[in-house]
Amino acid sequence: MGFFDDLKKGLSKAKEAIFDNIKSIFKTNKLDEQTLDELQELLIMSDMGMQSADNILSALKQRYTQGEDALKILRDIMAENLSCQPINLSPSKKPYVILVVGVNGSGKTTSIAKLAKLYAQSGRSVVLAAGDTFRAAAIEQLKTWGERTGATVIAHQNGSDAAAVVYDALVHTKSKDKDILIIDTAGRLHNKSNLMDELKKIKRTIDKEISGGPDEVILVLDGTTGQNGIVQAQAFKEAVDITGIIITKLDGTAKGGIAFAINTELHIPVKMIGIGEKADDLKIFEPKAYCSALLGMEESDG
Amino acid sequence: MFENLQKKMASVFKTLSGKGRISESNIKEAVNSVKLSLLEADVNYKVVKELVEKLKVESIGAKVMQSLSPDQEFIRIVRDELVEIMGGKEPVKLDLKRNPAYIMLAGLQGSGKTTSAAKLAKMYKEKGRKPLLVAADTYRPAAIEQLVQLGRQIDVPVFSGDRKNALEIVKQAKDFAIRNIHDIVIIDTAGRLHIDSDMMAEVRKIHDMVNPDETLMVVDSMMGQDAVRAATEFNNQLELSGFIITKLDGDSRGGVIISIRYVTSKPIKLVGLGEKLDNLEPFYAERYAGRVLGMGDVLTLIEKVEKEVQGEEAEKAAQKFLENKFDLEDFLQQLKQIKKLGPLSQILEMLPGNIPKENVDIAKGEKQMKKMEAIIQSMTPQERKNPKVLNFSRKQRVAKGSGTSLQEINKVLQSYEEMKKMMKQFKSMGKKKFFGKMPFNM
Repeated sequence: MGFFDDLKKGLSKAKEAIFDNIKSIFKTNKLDEQTLDELQELLIMSDMGMQSADNILSALKQRYTQGEDALKILRDIMAENLSCQPINLSPSKKPYVILVVGVNGSGKTTSIAKLAKLYAQSGRSVVLAAGDTFRAAAIEQLKTWGERTGATVIAHQNGSDAAAVVYDALVHTKSKDKDILIIDTAGRLHNKSNLMDELKKIKRTIDKEISGGPDEVILVLDGTTGQNGIVQAQAFKEAVDITGIIITKLDGTAKGGIAFAINTELHIPVKMIGIGEKADDLKIFEPKAYCSALLGMEESDG
Repeated sequence: MFENLQKKMASVFKTLSGKGRISESNIKEAVNSVKLSLLEADVNYKVVKELVEKLKVESIGAKVMQSLSPDQEFIRIVRDELVEIMGGKEPVKLDLKRNPAYIMLAGLQGSGKTTSAAKLAKMYKEKGRKPLLVAADTYRPAAIEQLVQLGRQIDVPVFSGDRKNALEIVKQAKDFAIRNIHDIVIIDTAGRLHIDSDMMAEVRKIHDMVNPDETLMVVDSMMGQDAVRAATEFNNQLELSGFIITKLDGDSRGGVIISIRYVTSKPIKLVGLGEKLDNLEPFYAERYAGRVLGMGDVLTLIEKVEKEVQGEEAEKAAQKFLENKFDLEDFLQQLKQIKKLGPLSQILEMLPGNIPKENVDIAKGEKQMKKMEAIIQSMTPQERKNPKVLNFSRKQRVAKGSGTSLQEINKVLQSYEEMKKMMKQFKSMGKKKFFGKMPFNM
């Protein structure tokens, strides 16, 4: 099953998916005020925010000429507003270091497990660093995933210094000649400066041990997040210079539209999306297919 | 800073020009800004639309409080309505009737159920109750272990049975609670999607088995538009008794509070404000109305102004002004009035629009106000009454006396003239409490 089917399955689980309405809107084949109002509603309901919705709609107004398939044009405009840069699944650099950050409950540990599985499947040796030394049983959670995916987990005691765990994991990865190191960190709200400082320290530790620093710094973003997502991305970008985002929980009815705003305003690409709780439910993000699924289009409309 | 205040004053005076009632036209901008503000706060689009229309209808024709502009009055009505929607001024308590009483937590993945469960247990333990935590999340790896560890931290027993079948665990926990004389049983369930019918069936079975005193959905305050759908579905399946909103120590505007309360009519019972296990608090709607509106606590500021800026003094100044007798002495009184409101930093915090502190040099503004005071206080009564007499040598004396420069004295005089001019425009309004609107504008 391809990306589109997975996503479509997820998005269509909601019987009265709001984007079903779009087709009926376009039956009139006119782009009048009422249609635009309805479109605005639909776009905003995806969490993309007023600004992004307005940008997309004014682009649609410009590009649309009577009689054309407006839905397709809309889809293309939306897709153009999303850049994707999948995580390098077969890196030549060794070790390939991925730092994973995010607010509490966004799905970091689960996403890491999924990444570990992807790398393991392509025959890479994977090390996981249990950098969440704060939340109760976070280490156990990562260890369970380590067992399931065959990755080595480097962990210290709960409450110990996260940067120290990361250091040990770096040393281990290098000395054992492992391919991939994925670093889990504690969930933190981006407005807590002491916790963001801790994150910077972890990044510095990596910078010191690995020339060029981490290869990826991924922000894991809950797909149900509203406009605060952009504030999150901004704060994490400033603190640890994130290279991309993973949007999780897109198997629900949330649309993850905040990715549009993050993309256009902060120029941070989407790396992957999470569409379920199983270890293979992490997919490479395909903007066009994603937008088609959002709009309730068939893949063949393509 | 002071210049900024003046600009704000000027535009308030402008919008005020003699409109005593709310009409569709004089609140047009306010309606749009409220709409946008609510959407930016993630209040659900449909809810925003309904709400704003309703408020417009209700407020048109309403008399405007003397100290507010129609715009501000409308926003005040909106805020009051939001407080109302969020459940009124008094927090709603958990209603635990039975012994043992059951509290069940449900919600989406990562919303903060497990942490909230531990916080609840700690809260009741501190009240002298004997809570039992039940770990019924058999899906997420180490979820049970997480609750066990939290239970250890707060010294509350955690029942986890065979750690395999949630229904079985809860069933055994009921017996365990009775045998061990626990008076409150808090059930943590697995995170689940509202559209996952198998998982929703499971949680409904748990619910039906214990018929909880409180069935609370735990909702992440950062959630966007989809919150309405998730909450509606959980409410349909479980007949929720209320919500716990988590992660409110973040900087999200929390529009989700309005949305879910509006569509389900179920109260917000508690809020989570941090990762420490005692950061669970009752929900005070008033505190969050301003946050959702993104208008800081501007209404608190209005109230403060009304309280602190005594009507009589304002009247006196207004009268003086009408007679064209507004002098530097009155100007000095005004500066003191502003100071009464509290430090500028605090006033700033109450202003709308999240003014980034970096953009406003508060320390500088406060210093400037102090300087202005010093300058006026270094003048003779005659000079204060009639600043025109201030010639070069007098200014030099004042500069020495106040430890400032000629330039700074000229600046004060300029500010005074500007204010006078502004008040001239205001003259047509007659004797109103116009000092009440000084430092802000919506």
